[in-house]
Amino acid sequence: MSAKAPRKIVATTSLAGCFGCHMSLLDVDERLLDLIELVELHKSPLDDLKTFAKECDVGLIEGGCCNDENVHVLTEFRKRCKTLVAFGECALMGGLPALRNVLPLKECLDEAYLNGPTVADANPGKIIPHDPDLPKILNRVYPCHEVVKIDVFLPGCPPSADLIWDALVALVTGRELDPQYRSFKYD
Amino acid sequence: MTRKIVIDPVTRVEGHGKVTIQLDDAGQVTQSRLHIVEFRGFERFVQGRPYWEAPVLVQRLCGICPVSHHLAAAKAMDVVVGAGTGAGLTPTAEKIRRLMHYGQIFQSHSLHFFHLASPDLLFGYDADPATRNVIGVALANRELATQAILMRKYGQEVIAATAGKKIHGTGAIPGGVNKCLAVEERDRLLKGAGGPLNADQMIAWAQGALAFFKDYHKKHKDFIDGFSKFPSNHLSLVRQDGALDLYHGVLRAVDAEGRRILDDVDCQDYLRHFREEVKSWSYMKFPYLKQLGPEKGWYRVGPLARLNVADFIPTPLAQEEFAAFKAATNGKPNDMCLHAHWARLIETLHAAENMRDLLLDPDVLGTDLATKGARQPEGVGIIEAPRGTLFHHYAVGEDDLITMANLIVSTTNNNEPMNRAVGCVARALLTGAKEITEGMLNAVEVAIRAYDPCLSCATHAYGQMPLEVSLFDSEGQLVSKKRKPV
Repeated sequence: MSAKAPRKIVATTSLAGCFGCHMSLLDVDERLLDLIELVELHKSPLDDLKTFAKECDVGLIEGGCCNDENVHVLTEFRKRCKTLVAFGECALMGGLPALRNVLPLKECLDEAYLNGPTVADANPGKIIPHDPDLPKILNRVYPCHEVVKIDVFLPGCPPSADLIWDALVALVTGRELDPQYRSFKYD
Repeated sequence: MTRKIVIDPVTRVEGHGKVTIQLDDAGQVTQSRLHIVEFRGFERFVQGRPYWEAPVLVQRLCGICPVSHHLAAAKAMDVVVGAGTGAGLTPTAEKIRRLMHYGQIFQSHSLHFFHLASPDLLFGYDADPATRNVIGVALANRELATQAILMRKYGQEVIAATAGKKIHGTGAIPGGVNKCLAVEERDRLLKGAGGPLNADQMIAWAQGALAFFKDYHKKHKDFIDGFSKFPSNHLSLVRQDGALDLYHGVLRAVDAEGRRILDDVDCQDYLRHFREEVKSWSYMKFPYLKQLGPEKGWYRVGPLARLNVADFIPTPLAQEEFAAFKAATNGKPNDMCLHAHWARLIETLHAAENMRDLLLDPDVLGTDLATKGARQPEGVGIIEAPRGTLFHHYAVGEDDLITMANLIVSTTNNNEPMNRAVGCVARALLTGAKEITEGMLNAVEVAIRAYDPCLSCATHAYGQMPLEVSLFDSEGQLVSKKRKPV
């Protein structure tokens, strides 16, 4: 790892995910201190850069798309990142949130806001959240590759820290990605 | 001219949130809101799944505190399989679960304090946003960063040893656990493999983190004491004798003066005491104590609330710190928002002491793992997650399939307090301000961050819309555009 090479710029986001993939990224533990020598972190929930101010080398996407805001963010990432990585089951396949895909959305909203035992007698106005400040929910949860082109897929719920580490290092150093079976064999 | 300020997304918190602040012609704040912008629908889509899936399914609400959901669901299912609550489990099962839970409290609190919140303290909330983050901390203070990483790592290792995996493990099952600790695992966690990852080192580092905060407090007393301070009720589980217990107990709430407004409530009876209000502008509901109604019945949860509710802490080092914490407000409930960091670090120390004690207990090596009794139609599991009281309630049909699920997650319980905190800071800093700076807006986020919200947990549009898909090539040229049918 040459300290002189310019650091690659990495952005990350969590769409319809649980943040577990970002936690697994942090599970590289002590290697985080090596990572910051290799990369510059741009827009990410781990820092306060809320918009893209520059082009990025790598974008890490956790989660699929469950609302129009997710689609907007993902499209933005595609435009601003040279290599787009979908990491984790939700980004790859929709994951657990996609369990709602077999149900009408209305049933899910009704259960949460009208029928649940702590709301059934406490919501006389039958309010279901809707507001210009809330994103519109999509009819189903979409995996990322159905919305934009994805370059690299890292499987797992979450992908193991070793897999994320190997992939990131390969991508920012220009080496061939050679994932080891042990790093994506789960359960 | 009226103005609307939007902070989107709220960062250095877990999950998806957005703040809107309305200012009128005179620059007065007329409205402030923290919106939770995602919706998942877990309550509906777990229906029809077999009950034993709940502990592994529902934890996918949250990747920072999956153990909380894993255990709350398992506790509810303990009741369903007739294993009862608390003392119903075998000693090995209960202690392995406690170890898993305190491992998680330790990693989650460390993560929050060091990785997410400390940049605001170390650099100031109006520092350059390009460096005001965990990487900035690592570049400025490598030793502190290394310690933070290793504290989080230790907690994650404890989870992996008890749940099988650091994130989204499978250790708890209805009626018990599916593994005990092997002697080698126990020894490695207790003594470390020649390195710093041992139980005593974690206690020492937790004490160090507390010393760091207390020193900071001394130097910045006005900021820490005055920032976003407002009275509220406080809710927590406590052990039957009033001790702080994050795994199991009875529900207790106190008002701003410390008077008990809910006491000794059995978790299975939660429905008699809690309701949630729905508001149109957030997917997150607003819970309250039913007897007091939504206006007066809202409450805080989390480290600050827990230390306000509990009578004492049953581990000696944390108890000493607790006594000093209580003395700072003459034994009255503490309503200073940033004191949540103090409370969180006292709990971090308590978790470290608990982990050591549990690792020294031979029961964690036992092999009597699970139990069951007469099958019940429903069950409630309540736990003190890192961010506060977490409720899981399920009904299960005779065919073993879930027929109802109700979740009140920790962050949802803090919905009203977080909204008040946003209003408090917005009014204090933005009213009449000639220029609204990034630093001021980050201060609003500092108030939210003090609650360590897990907004993914709380994502429980109207107008379903079809997705329009545009396919671009690597040059950014539009290749095709499609509209998915609804």
